[in-house]
Amino acid sequence: MSIAITTQFICFTVLSLVVIIGALGVVLLESIVYSAFLLGGVFMSVAGLYLLLNASFVAAAQVLVYVGAVNVLIIFAIMLVNKKEDLKPINDIKSRRVISTSICFTLLSLLIRVDLTNVWSLSSPQNSIGEESTIRIGEHLFSDYLLPFEVASVLLLMAMIGAIVLARRDVMSKDISTGLPVDQELIEKSSEPLLTNKN
Amino acid sequence: MNLESIPLQAFLIVSSALFCIGIWGLLNSRNAVRVLMSIELMLNAVNINLMAFSSYIDNNLIQGQVFTIFVITVAAAEAAVGLAILLSLYRNRVTVDMESFNLLKW
Repeated sequence: MSIAITTQFICFTVLSLVVIIGALGVVLLESIVYSAFLLGGVFMSVAGLYLLLNASFVAAAQVLVYVGAVNVLIIFAIMLVNKKEDLKPINDIKSRRVISTSICFTLLSLLIRVDLTNVWSLSSPQNSIGEESTIRIGEHLFSDYLLPFEVASVLLLMAMIGAIVLARRDVMSKDISTGLPVDQELIEKSSEPLLTNKN
Repeated sequence: MNLESIPLQAFLIVSSALFCIGIWGLLNSRNAVRVLMSIELMLNAVNINLMAFSSYIDNNLIQGQVFTIFVITVAAAEAAVGLAILLSLYRNRVTVDMESFNLLKW
């Protein structure tokens, strides 16, 4: 890509700020719906970062799969399970927050230390293949990554069948003993929680 | 500052921060949907890492991009199955509070 270096820096700064602030919003915001829409923004900005790295195909796949499929799926799930409920207070929530936050900050400092101190053996950026990367990905997928490619298709099929099996209701259209058609609303209302909370 | 391109470390730091935010959300969320969102954030952080290395270290054979494609595929499958599990959990226990899913707790 032949964008001027200043433009690249501005784009990178804006995109990474959107990624970090959006991700903080996803985990910190009270409303789960706002979180879901912010997650879409984070995915779009990550696609922008991929464009800065000369990877147009992966950026398009990111937008199609993450924003178009995963995010829509998450929003549908929120609509299906959206119920206002008062969460039970946890008594040791303070210590839990402190411990998890300190663990995250320790991990972050370790990762940043590795990022900054390690000497990366960079190849020269001049021989970047740029827009040819889509062709190269296709060659990889049909030569040395052919087996993972085929296994991924089997995985997607299994995930599809598994999701259908897990999410469908096992409701019979006729009552077994009487043979009369079953009122679906009644079943929905009378269904007791199978695993009641014991404590 | 006179650099010829964005340094690799900048991408790595962004992805580290994104990964840690994902872990924090995974540990601290009460809502099960938000836990799934945090997992997606962590997967995206890993993808940024792979893409940065593929562009800066291996920019002839871009194997990192192929890996990213596979990670995106697996993430899509994971999201579908995870949300289906969430729906059946919600149907059985009428809540999405992570604290009430304690059947395997000893």
